[in-house]
Amino acid sequence: MIRVMLPQHLRTLARVDKEVALQADGVTTLGLMLDALEAQYPMLRGTIRDYHTQQRRQFIRFFACGQDLSHQALEDPLPEEVVAGTEPLRVVGAMAGG
Amino acid sequence: MTKVRVLVGTHKGAFILNSDAKREKWDVSEPLFAGHEIYHINGSPADPNRLYAGQHTGWFGQVIQRSNDGGQTWEPVGNKFTYEGEVGTHQWYDGTQHPWEFKRVWQLTGSLTDPDTVYAGVEDAALFRSTDGGLNWKELPGLRAAKGNLWQPGAGGMCLHTIIFDPSNDKRIFVAISSAGAFRSDDTGETWRPVTHGLKANFELPDPTAEVGHCVHNIAMHPSRPNVLFMQKHWDVLRTDDAGENWHEISGNLPSDFGFPIAVHAHEPNTVYVIPIKSDSEHFPPEGKLRVYRSRAGGDEWEALTKGLPQEDCFVNVLRSALATDTLDECGIYFGTTGGQVYHSSDAGDTWAPIASNLPAVFSVEVQTLP
Repeated sequence: MIRVMLPQHLRTLARVDKEVALQADGVTTLGLMLDALEAQYPMLRGTIRDYHTQQRRQFIRFFACGQDLSHQALEDPLPEEVVAGTEPLRVVGAMAGG
Repeated sequence: MTKVRVLVGTHKGAFILNSDAKREKWDVSEPLFAGHEIYHINGSPADPNRLYAGQHTGWFGQVIQRSNDGGQTWEPVGNKFTYEGEVGTHQWYDGTQHPWEFKRVWQLTGSLTDPDTVYAGVEDAALFRSTDGGLNWKELPGLRAAKGNLWQPGAGGMCLHTIIFDPSNDKRIFVAISSAGAFRSDDTGETWRPVTHGLKANFELPDPTAEVGHCVHNIAMHPSRPNVLFMQKHWDVLRTDDAGENWHEISGNLPSDFGFPIAVHAHEPNTVYVIPIKSDSEHFPPEGKLRVYRSRAGGDEWEALTKGLPQEDCFVNVLRSALATDTLDECGIYFGTTGGQVYHSSDAGDTWAPIASNLPAVFSVEVQTLP
């Protein structure tokens, strides 16, 4: 199980609480985590990563275990604590604007 | 009992304003999709309980919301807008070619006969259609084949903002695109051609025969007379009597050659409304007076409608989709401002009153007259 914390607007869209639990056996990378998240909550497709490029949208950030994972490749491994479900992965709407 | 439902899209959410046919007391809803830009929220002409809303932010992109119960409840539907085939290129600000990139939905217009068929006008300019209630969207690429390589974004973006169906000919569709022009299809959207003969833009388009590149702001039609269209353009107000083949100017005594929306009276096909704005960069009403102008002659002769509207120190804008009419016997006119006011007139424009005064900046206003 992977725990994902979503920002408010995406919680509203997906009609979930702050944290969702992904049944995600074998999910070890950010890309696979996003695949699992979008499979479980299809309304989130296109809101975290661009539909066409499949890349992170520019004002979305990923944090876990005190690290900013936003710039790592989608194929890079997630922290062990996230894979084990002991730490959540946070999807954050970045500060933008004045 | 007849009711009026006003659908308002704003910079920070949507609002639904309800009244009975007297249009004296209004109920203003809580914000829907709070915090999101709602460029357009619109009802299906075939089923007034079917509503579509385009929800967008720079953070989370485009979402389409659908209601089957007149806005009481909503569900997200499809938001995958993929250009067909080779994406292709259009002209960029520096004259080079630039690939098409989807940015947002500007306009959602339902089929006249099928609540599950809805068209989306998007930026970068293209037309999409869904035939399953918004779940899946497919581009009509023939539009971009109409000299799309010459289209160029303006200051507001290269957006498709106007979609009009001909009620007498189910194969005919008109669209308008900012900085590109007006286009018509006579085969249900498969093929398109510019319909811009007579449009002038002497400074931007020295070639008087240029078919594209005209900054069309809005077009309006009365359903009883589908070959007559009225256009508010970056320069001037125009009219065609032959479904866009030829346009001629009808600005007459308007105080400005600029504005965004245009609308036609529900029962008088020759009565037209515009809201002049001072061009170019100021984008507020001339002299700080918010005036709707009405022509009962199909153009050329215009009267200022001011009663109930601020006539000093008013510096708001009225955007292209923010003027609409109801279909009650005494036709109601509605418009929203970038200052967050929604005004209405229940006597065809003679007198005005605010429905709401402190909404976020209004992007769009649509009106449903409900039985």
